[in-house]
Amino acid sequence: MQLEYTSLAALLDAAEQAGKPLSELVLAQQAEELEQDPRQVYDRMARCYQVMADGVEPGCDPALRSTSGLTGGNAAKMKAAVQAGRTLTGPVLGGALTRALAISELNAAMGRIVAAPTAGSCGILPAALLTMEQEKSCARHACVMALFTASAVGLVIAKNACLAGAQGGCQAECGSAAAMAAAAIVELAGGSPKMVGDAVAIALKNVLGLVCDPVAGLVEVPCVKRNAAGVAGAFVAAELALAGIGSVIPPDEAILAMKRVGDAMSPALKETALGGLAATPTACRLRDQLLGRDAWQ
Amino acid sequence: MNVFDIIGPVMIGPSSSHTAGAARIGGVARALLGAQPVRADIGLHGSFARTGRGHGTDKAIVAGLLGFAPDDTRLRNALDIAAEQGMQVEIHPVEIDGAHPNTALLHLETAGGRTLEVQGSSVGGGSIRITSIDGMEVQLTGERPTLIVVHQDMPGIIAAVTETVAGWQLNIGSFRLTRQSRGGTAVMALEMDGAVGQEVAAAVSALPHVMHVTLLQPV
Repeated sequence: MQLEYTSLAALLDAAEQAGKPLSELVLAQQAEELEQDPRQVYDRMARCYQVMADGVEPGCDPALRSTSGLTGGNAAKMKAAVQAGRTLTGPVLGGALTRALAISELNAAMGRIVAAPTAGSCGILPAALLTMEQEKSCARHACVMALFTASAVGLVIAKNACLAGAQGGCQAECGSAAAMAAAAIVELAGGSPKMVGDAVAIALKNVLGLVCDPVAGLVEVPCVKRNAAGVAGAFVAAELALAGIGSVIPPDEAILAMKRVGDAMSPALKETALGGLAATPTACRLRDQLLGRDAWQ
Repeated sequence: MNVFDIIGPVMIGPSSSHTAGAARIGGVARALLGAQPVRADIGLHGSFARTGRGHGTDKAIVAGLLGFAPDDTRLRNALDIAAEQGMQVEIHPVEIDGAHPNTALLHLETAGGRTLEVQGSSVGGGSIRITSIDGMEVQLTGERPTLIVVHQDMPGIIAAVTETVAGWQLNIGSFRLTRQSRGGTAVMALEMDGAVGQEVAAAVSALPHVMHVTLLQPV
């Protein structure tokens, strides 16, 4: 099957014309490209989903801490608030925040995760899908399929912009993950291909310009909380798109805008830990403490 | 690129470059050595030296040397496991002129006293480049079966090696040759598209003027 990951509009048109969700087209095309049975490709994706699901419980351990000690234990606090009914926004957003924190903190603590699309943004997409499965009763099969829709969005972004914080800032990393998650949520909620595109555009537009400024150069502060913000942003974008609210700027143009913003960004704001939050007095103090203790020099 | 470049790799956190890639450098070095080292001197350069401890780069490289995959949860205890298995590990910073910021220089020794020096860089998303083996310049990704042929630099050797490989209907995906001096020792690295068995390595080994052949399976 002819399917190119150069334009999201073209992919969504193909889905519209086929009268199928984008995920089905992507699975069929990838099976051809990988020269494997679609079942094998699906099963491999299902194993990725299982790794994502398996990360939530250990990520919610109150005693979890990263090697540096900067992060860990916050997913447990969020989970407790949700369980006690102490959240402002209820179990869907509360659950999503809990799962995003859990997987992201597990990553920081050297747990097993799936880069989606990167390790630094690995909490966003699983949090979106697992929340749809557990709070909105979506079938496991549909959630695994939604990973193919999310991947297609990621492939288009990779081709036309980038997915690495070092190249495009956090907008390229957590922003792309949020856009991928928004697409997945819309498909799971039964939205049209056009709504998928709108959700991608809205999710990206809302984080345009977000810089990558990790304290002491570690994937922890502010990355963990940006994963929570990322899944929240994905739900915002999906909710708007599902209500029929369109994006004035089409998704492919939003992706190009993201690339241009990334290109214009100072190197200090692209994972070098020289600018943004990483250059604050507190971050500099933490860096000196950690590097003094941690570096081999 | 395919969907598993976007959703994946499955790995131990926190960083695809500083953790997953580092584990693969260790894994390829182990495969090149052909045995578990009893001694490993690990030099870390650039960002690996500065932020490696916080990213578990040391544990990841040692996990690779122990033969653990980048998604093996034993990775975080790799230093203790190495100690239990009698692997002596020394970790220190190094400065390597012009090297990629995420570079490690490993000196390994087997129980039999055989030594190997490997330099590798983690170039993003868990991808790596092995850039030097025993001081000889190479470019290995560890993603495909690779034949590393150390031979005398003289006419006809490349033809003989490629002809032998062609005999197994194997396609060469990438080829690189470097030599220390004209007529001296040269090293050829052939990354292959299909599966490569030990018999291919043995046949290449048997060719005249070939000194040593290593078959590196994907790590």
